[in-house]
Amino acid sequence: MSRVIKSGLLPCLLILGGCAIDPWVQPYERANLADPIMSFSRDPVSSSYIHHVYDAREGARGAGVVSGGGCGCN
Amino acid sequence: MKLIYIWMILVGCITSVQAAVLPEERGDILYHSYDGGGVTVDGPSVLVRKNFGDSVSLGYNHYVDNVSSASIDVITQASPYTEQRKENSILFDYLRDKTTMSFGYTSSVESDFDATTGFINISQDMFGDLTTVSMGFAVGDNIIRQNGNDSFEEESKIRNYRLSLSQIFSKSLIVAFAMETITDEGFLNNPYRSVRYEDATSAQGYSYQPEVYPQTRTSNAFAVRGKYYLEQRAAIFAGYRVFSDSWGIDASTIELGYTLPYKEAWIFETSLRFYEQSGADFYSDLFPFKDAQNHLARDKELSTFDSISVGAGASYEFDNRDWSAIKRASLNLHLDFFFFDYADFRDLTQEGAVGSEPLYNFDAIVIRAFASVWF
Repeated sequence: MSRVIKSGLLPCLLILGGCAIDPWVQPYERANLADPIMSFSRDPVSSSYIHHVYDAREGARGAGVVSGGGCGCN
Repeated sequence: MKLIYIWMILVGCITSVQAAVLPEERGDILYHSYDGGGVTVDGPSVLVRKNFGDSVSLGYNHYVDNVSSASIDVITQASPYTEQRKENSILFDYLRDKTTMSFGYTSSVESDFDATTGFINISQDMFGDLTTVSMGFAVGDNIIRQNGNDSFEEESKIRNYRLSLSQIFSKSLIVAFAMETITDEGFLNNPYRSVRYEDATSAQGYSYQPEVYPQTRTSNAFAVRGKYYLEQRAAIFAGYRVFSDSWGIDASTIELGYTLPYKEAWIFETSLRFYEQSGADFYSDLFPFKDAQNHLARDKELSTFDSISVGAGASYEFDNRDWSAIKRASLNLHLDFFFFDYADFRDLTQEGAVGSEPLYNFDAIVIRAFASVWF
């Protein structure tokens, strides 16, 4: 059991511990990032539609701003 | 040829730099219009998002396509047609600490195509909320019919696997990476579309036979997008996506954008998008003879082509001081102009020796006009 803990749990704790690093951009420094103009898709209903047009007219698909994607458009 | 839109809208799964917060409580009503290449598609889309407590968000989207098609395929192989597609989606988000779980279900119905889609997405904030990792899975089942042929019914399945990461690099720079694998299985071609092959016995020098596609398709896409905040409150956007699939299509996309607020109420946007792809291995504008190979396609979306689109948009936000239930509202108009140039898809409405007709090209205009309220 201790071997399992050492080999599995300890590395996981170390990795999770990394999640608690001191951020190099503090929360109070994120005013610019929080501005709506910095959103990749400020208006979901509009973004979804234009990606629908891309999917319908192109062979490529996926990895868009809208998750999922996919279009078997004939 | 029949144009079929299958749209997994997944509105609730928009990538956000502000993870670990529920979606905005808002309502949108959109009028959309696509007009190009003899095809017009328009209709409304309504999206409502409402939160319950600090952890739960519910959403509903209703979307309609009114299609009128006299595309190049339709006028050379069939008769113009009209049809309507209706789609309904329900969306559910659950927020717990730095984790957001999203679920959704979409149903799409038209005269010859039914599609149902379900998805799950999990997002986790980490590293002081500078990094957001998201994983998503979607599953869709389609039933394909053929108008005028009651004995025809086929099925197809689609699976999406997505991994994305957004990273704050500085006080002004956010970058998002996305990978997505999509697999299809079943009847993947259009029951109406045909390929043409050389036929000396035909008066026009060629004849048609139905398309035959492979029963499976797997595609991979990787994208990186960045947004940078400029002084004087403006933002620039750049994105690149590379794509390849088991049908032999390789594609790349470059996107550029600029957002500029003006005074307190206006936001103006411009965008530029370049797209190019190589054709599928089994695509040909003109096959040398009937049944020339196992798989046959003459869908221009599977041909070699490139396109450029230019977009412009304006938003006007209203003051909220006099409205008790509504925090703010906006009116928005976006126009996008598309130019498609095909390298091996020929325009059969033009004169020319068989296989030497002029190459096809067309342009299209897309309109998005919508009103939004936040409550």
